[in-house]
Amino acid sequence: MDAVAQQPELEPTWGAEADDDLKLEVATQWQLMWWKFRKHQLAMAGGAVVIFFYILALGAEFFAPKLFTWYDKNYVYAPPQQIHLIRDGQLAPFVYGYKFERDPKSYKKTWLVDEETIIPIGLFVSGEPYKILGLIETDIHLIGPLDQDDPFYLMGADKSGRDVFSRIIYSARISLSVGLVGVFISMMLGIVLGGLSGLLGGAVDNIIQRLIEIMMSIPMLPVWLAIAAVVPLDWSALDVYFIITILLALTTWTGLARVVRGKFLSLREDDFILAARLDGAPGMRLIFRHMLPSFYSHVIASLTLLLPGMILAETALSFLGVGLRPPVVSWGVMLQETQKVAVIAIYPWLLYPALAVIIVVLAFNFLGDGLRDAADPY
Amino acid sequence: MARQVTPGNGKNMADDQNLLEINHLKMYFPITQGLFGRVIGYTKAVDDVSFTIRAGETLGLVGESGCGKTTVGRCIVRGYQPTDGEMLFRKADGAVVDLSMLQGEELRPYRKEIRMIFQDPYSSLNPRMSVFENVSEALHVNKMGTRAEMEERVGYLLRRVGLRPEYMKRYPHAFSGGERQRVVVARAMVTNPCLIVADEAVSALDVSIRAQILNLMEELQADFNLTYLFISHDLSVIRHICDRVIVMYVGKVVEVAEGLDIYINPQHPYTEALMSAVPIFNPRQRDRDRRIHLEGEVADPSNPPSGCYFHPRCRYAEDRCEHETPPLRQIDAERGHYVACHFAEKLELRGAVIE
Repeated sequence: MDAVAQQPELEPTWGAEADDDLKLEVATQWQLMWWKFRKHQLAMAGGAVVIFFYILALGAEFFAPKLFTWYDKNYVYAPPQQIHLIRDGQLAPFVYGYKFERDPKSYKKTWLVDEETIIPIGLFVSGEPYKILGLIETDIHLIGPLDQDDPFYLMGADKSGRDVFSRIIYSARISLSVGLVGVFISMMLGIVLGGLSGLLGGAVDNIIQRLIEIMMSIPMLPVWLAIAAVVPLDWSALDVYFIITILLALTTWTGLARVVRGKFLSLREDDFILAARLDGAPGMRLIFRHMLPSFYSHVIASLTLLLPGMILAETALSFLGVGLRPPVVSWGVMLQETQKVAVIAIYPWLLYPALAVIIVVLAFNFLGDGLRDAADPY
Repeated sequence: MARQVTPGNGKNMADDQNLLEINHLKMYFPITQGLFGRVIGYTKAVDDVSFTIRAGETLGLVGESGCGKTTVGRCIVRGYQPTDGEMLFRKADGAVVDLSMLQGEELRPYRKEIRMIFQDPYSSLNPRMSVFENVSEALHVNKMGTRAEMEERVGYLLRRVGLRPEYMKRYPHAFSGGERQRVVVARAMVTNPCLIVADEAVSALDVSIRAQILNLMEELQADFNLTYLFISHDLSVIRHICDRVIVMYVGKVVEVAEGLDIYINPQHPYTEALMSAVPIFNPRQRDRDRRIHLEGEVADPSNPPSGCYFHPRCRYAEDRCEHETPPLRQIDAERGHYVACHFAEKLELRGAVIE
């Protein structure tokens, strides 16, 4: 390169002394975003809760005392047990056993705490065997009764005597992954279609924008009911899960596509993009090196805000019985049992899955809020 | 110097001194309407503009906002594909090429020769790329040198524009407006260009920084044998830096003059009005009646008036102005003074007060 050759050494004539504390000046956009995000305490807490739930979902077999299919017909609708830590002045956690009375007239079973039976519990106890991530065979569970045949219902039992606590942990797998997979599909659709719309403009833009308007104007609940009606009964749970994911994605990409289109439209006119074009940067480099980095932080933030909507939609669909069906277990499927007011009145612990939904959705919203605030550090 | 002709282009320039010759340049933007984008008219941002840029000079391009001066600049750097006209550029080896005909990759070598300095140093640097990445982008995409060579080049240029080379690792947010503009100048210089289009290069800057940047540009011009096309609406800046001035009004050139001629001896009524707006620093020379207040708005380039575009606002307009478009003609052969007015010889126009 001949241009480099002619270089007389020159003293800097202008500018402050270069100092050692260059942290802020040389910070990349991700560092600046992280510093800004860190100050948002609610978002940090939300992020921690979200990570906690995903870890729960990943290691469900380990964290849950029982398998989600496990049941004991002797403990139908058993209420939650309380953990006691101290026994005889020593640290020895335990729960009390159950006893029941039958009402002589209605023949109704009433559960009582049996203070004579003491069920010792512990951490890392052996229980039913399973494979960690489908690979390593083991039978260690994080928490459970020392004798695996003793009843242990931290959040009570349902109508078949299944452990609600364990099932909530297993449900996180489906409920949290429907959101992720759906958001991923919706992100792909949104970025590709929104990007085409904003970059090409003209007729393509027109068609895509009208398509978005049509999508947004379709009332989705009747469509879902109709699709649930035509899904063959012999489809496996996995197929239904797949269909639900795609359906959720198809209804949520439109908002993101509009954001992406708007960003491309405004960036196209920006001076620094013109500068890069005049530098001779080819089209692909313009899009991926110069334009996308200006707004993928925004995309991540809006996706985080999209996730809770997806989780809620899956829960609502499954609750109505048009989404996932047993034996698949999700929070929505679990809540199907609470459709009758009487059930809620007598067995309120069946509402614990709703608590999980609320916590996760709130956490996602706080996280998304913080990400959105931090997304544009400039 | 014997003229060489580029194969396939076959264009020649009128004068060997010319670096760039713009002939009948037109840039029309379509106005569309309705669902299918039917074209219902054109905004004639640049309408039949011809001028030349001589090697080594600083040519000023002035006019109100919306007169098309920025569009001319962007056509020259080929940010736009001109609707019509020629832009003849003399390469280093003397061959002449018409920039308006080139497409895509053919333009690549000329993008290195003709660079641009932008108006707003806040929006023209990518905030997500470091100074090094911003400045070296042209080297990177043109595969000019290794990483080490690029770092050396960027470091050298930063020193030349008065910044410490260590600053190249920093991001634009760590700089003030004046410092950013120095980075923008360095970016324009990075490919060792011969022509730089400076579009309102100092208009967004603090007055105290302006002089620094202007002096820097003059220094670089002397050291690197640069030619500037300096686009501005600020007559005092133009007077400070330019060897020749072109005045534009609604997409057309109305006057071209050398040096201070345009200030002392304006020949077009529009130039006269512009000159009357130059601030006078000495209060004793101020005269309340001196300002010429132009009536009405700048004409709409999508629907310009008939005849001379300036006639609805001109104090001296006659019937002829309404019907006949005045051509740009030379009125002073020695001084290269051109004007587009029917009555240039008859009118006695006042210049700006030069102290």
